[in-house]
Amino acid sequence: MSSTTDRPAAPEGESLLGRRGLGDRIFQGAATAAGVSIMVALAAVFVFLAIRGSAGFTADKSLYAPYTSFSPYAAGLLFGTALVAVLAMAIAMPFAIGVALFLSHYGPRRLVTPIAYVIDLLAAVPSVVFGLWGLKALAPASKPIQEWLNAELGWVPLFGGTLSATGRTVFLAAIVLAIMILPIATAICREVFSKTPRLHEEAALALGATRWEMVRYAVLPHSRSGIIAGMMLGLGRALGETMAVLLVLNAQGPKVTFKILTSDNPATIASNIAQNFHGEDVDLQVVLLATGLVLFVFTFLVNFAARWIVARSERRFS
Amino acid sequence: MTHIRRAVVPGVAVLALALSLSACSDDDKGGTDGGSGVSGLSGDVAAGGSSAQESAQEAWRAGFGADNPDVTITYDAVGSGTGRENFISGAYLFAGSDSAMSDDEIASATETCGATPIEFPAFISPVDVVYNLDGVDDLQLSPATIAGIFNGSITTWDDDAIKADNPDADLPSTDITPVHRSDSSGTTDNFTDYLEKAAGDVWKTPHSSDWPTTTGETGEGTSGMVDSVKAGDGTIGYADDAGVQGSGLAIAKIKVGDTYVAPSADGAAAALAASERTAGTEESIITFDLNRTSTDPSTYPIFLASYEIACPSYDDADAAKVVKGFLSYVISENGQKAAAANAFSAELPRDIADQAQAQIDKIS
Amino acid sequence: MSVTDDYAADFATTALPLTAARLPRQAPLLAGVVALALGGLVGVVLQIPWVAVLVLAAAVLVVALPTWAYAVEGRRGAVDRLMTILVCYAVLGALVPLVWVLSYTFIQGIPAIDWSFLTHDQTSRLDPVTFKQLPGAGIKHAILGTLVVTAGAAVISVPIGLMTAIYLVEYGKGSALARIVTILVDVMTGIPSIVAGLFAVALFTELGDPGTRSGIMGSVALSLLMIPTVVRAGEEMMRLVPADLREASYALGVPKWRTILKVVIPTAFGGILTGVMLAISRVIGETAPLLVAVGAVDVVNTNILSGRMETLPVFIISKYKQGQDPLELAWGAALLLIIIVMVLNLAARIIGKIFAPKTGH
Repeated sequence: MSSTTDRPAAPEGESLLGRRGLGDRIFQGAATAAGVSIMVALAAVFVFLAIRGSAGFTADKSLYAPYTSFSPYAAGLLFGTALVAVLAMAIAMPFAIGVALFLSHYGPRRLVTPIAYVIDLLAAVPSVVFGLWGLKALAPASKPIQEWLNAELGWVPLFGGTLSATGRTVFLAAIVLAIMILPIATAICREVFSKTPRLHEEAALALGATRWEMVRYAVLPHSRSGIIAGMMLGLGRALGETMAVLLVLNAQGPKVTFKILTSDNPATIASNIAQNFHGEDVDLQVVLLATGLVLFVFTFLVNFAARWIVARSERRFS
Repeated sequence: MTHIRRAVVPGVAVLALALSLSACSDDDKGGTDGGSGVSGLSGDVAAGGSSAQESAQEAWRAGFGADNPDVTITYDAVGSGTGRENFISGAYLFAGSDSAMSDDEIASATETCGATPIEFPAFISPVDVVYNLDGVDDLQLSPATIAGIFNGSITTWDDDAIKADNPDADLPSTDITPVHRSDSSGTTDNFTDYLEKAAGDVWKTPHSSDWPTTTGETGEGTSGMVDSVKAGDGTIGYADDAGVQGSGLAIAKIKVGDTYVAPSADGAAAALAASERTAGTEESIITFDLNRTSTDPSTYPIFLASYEIACPSYDDADAAKVVKGFLSYVISENGQKAAAANAFSAELPRDIADQAQAQIDKIS
Repeated sequence: MSVTDDYAADFATTALPLTAARLPRQAPLLAGVVALALGGLVGVVLQIPWVAVLVLAAAVLVVALPTWAYAVEGRRGAVDRLMTILVCYAVLGALVPLVWVLSYTFIQGIPAIDWSFLTHDQTSRLDPVTFKQLPGAGIKHAILGTLVVTAGAAVISVPIGLMTAIYLVEYGKGSALARIVTILVDVMTGIPSIVAGLFAVALFTELGDPGTRSGIMGSVALSLLMIPTVVRAGEEMMRLVPADLREASYALGVPKWRTILKVVIPTAFGGILTGVMLAISRVIGETAPLLVAVGAVDVVNTNILSGRMETLPVFIISKYKQGQDPLELAWGAALLLIIIVMVLNLAARIIGKIFAPKTGH
């Protein structure tokens, strides 16, 4: 991916002229300042969260209902956040890869442009609209599927338990989130698929490979890190999604349960903040800010791990 | 310098669009307002709090704005707790709150205002018990039965307790799915307050804005509650009357004394009139211990009384005039009629309104 | 490796004649029609809904075509057919929710949209007799607010984001600062949107009085969410610019900054613009940060520096939560929001196409 820029530094203007132009120095200064400003902004957010939220780690016991201290409370919320996001990821990824393959290798040219545009449109639908649609249209429509899963596959712990009467379950929230992260995951996958060296593809085809074999042996190995990057961006978005989850999920505060078809669902950190921040209990706000810090750190760890995987696989393939 | 132009074009396009639209809007305004208002009041006032009051506040601002075109009042429906907090911090000049201020809050607010704040009820709305059950459209419930349903001890619709309340109805054996509000709300506070006071031993938890348990179906906001009840069969929930109107949901009749009473604005107003002033408060704090246990069949005991909180004096004299004028309109007959017509609330009993007006008159 | 064994085995059996047996060109079409007909037949007989008929037909196709191909073309052909079908299903599957959301929003929202909906704010008049609010209230204030707040966010985040991307790609290569910034951009994608809003509130209330709410606060909150997307898009696209182009420019004696502005950015322009548009469409529908930072108001306010502003997403959610109003207004606003984003998106694409230099690839 970086092969085009990793070459030894080009003999730039300054080495010929012996000095660097004023314009160059100003421009480099501005670029560096922009990079530094990101550090400052982030530090400001972190410091703000830490200062305002620090009291939330050791607040009054009653604020952590149904638990009595911060750790299980945050862990329960984190569990809900991760459960919904990972399920969404698992649903979205096959579709994202399929669509990206269609756009990069399978689709006829006259279909690729409109379909790429239409998938991008999915990113243009605001989360609150997805939330309302999920609540009013998808929830009733998905009820037969949920009933079927519960009845036929109820022995799988995931689908067991008493079926929710309204369909507003983790299952539904994961589907809505999967739809929401599809465009970004697709865009990244498509990008890396289309960057497969033309030579590898043509070599595969020349050896008599079918189209799928070409994809399987030339495109996918080359794109593994890119696919992970796409998943990571999608996951990042799913973890922080607030409004759609708030509307779609029948959340019951922090709790740990793997049953995704019942009405007894864990809340996610973001939806829990949005739900309770303007509540009657003003003291709860510091606890919510502290959970915001947890989400912040958790998302960072996920991103960091993913980046590490990307870097490792890049090393392996170079 | 084409490159800069290229990068800037979309941004400029958006800005230009926004500016041209805003230019139109300024023209519009100039055309309709025709200069300063007749009342002489002007200025911006920020307020906020109870989301139950939101529709009523909209109507009040519409009514008040007609006579005071130069006044802009904003009302953030951020929730009662945040509303009171922002009032105490001085961010809001007045606040709407579904529950009365605590003694601590009154003390802090006194510091902010420089004198004891003013608090009075302005918005009274019945809370309906709504349900969705095939084939049953005339449900009657006693307080103990409602408490049993919501605490989970009554689980099917053909339970003996429900049969006893509905001797004539043909009740199916469907499972009951109680629905509660997922957000913190004054509606929940008043509903649980009713259960605590009226249901006796059956309801054991104290009233609170957050639902005491974390199981069962939930709804976010009044709409979420109505949607959840609609979405299932055998569901039952509680919602502000305003949110239920036009939703097509069936409304249960509640046992008061020996009869079953349907929710009504008049019933809620009568129940407030039958309530006692909170003991031991200053004259300017007009709050009530809500009477949920009256046996008078003209009262409807599940209702929400939402208060307005304001300072008796403000640093900014113009703002003081606006607050005074607006709150006077709110409790005036016209103001209460506007709220009743648009938010389905009950009109404030006139004697309470008169007490409140006496306090509002002191605002300066 | 087994891969080569597979190849060898397959070639041994199928590659001897120069042209292997193939299904006729129209085979997928034929199989599709047959599957649909079969599904339809079963649907009519069993009286199942049309969605189930389509699912059934899809299932028949996914089994029938590869089986046929297996009989004629062998195992490799069958796998190829199967994967092609699955890829196409993925596209159809992705289109279903989109069409559904858009048509649902359209059907719910279109009755609300008329001239006065677009040209009035929410201040209404009361009927003097019944005290009912008169109809005719609209969302002009929310449209303007959304445009102003989002434009503000773009004005803040596009320069910062692009300059950061330039720093990462062109100047900071391999330096410690660049590594830190790269990580921090990752961290930034993890800022929960509502926390961005709370941060903006904390920042501005520190400077002003506690009740301060303004459009610029929303812009700051949104730009926190937008910057990482812009940086990533810019970085990704600038890295794609071949080093040959840069070197050719340097060889002509063009200074580095002119090279970046004249060669790198224009070459990557289409991709950058698309990235920026995606970033805008991501934040334009953000609700939670605007709810806390910008507040809500009934009237038009286009002064980004002072006073509450209404925005479309906040309008939608508050109308929903308010409950009593017909939701038509909320859906109308949702439809309009989608249309605005679509138009911006389309415009960006057209502009990108016009301005982007022709590349060889």
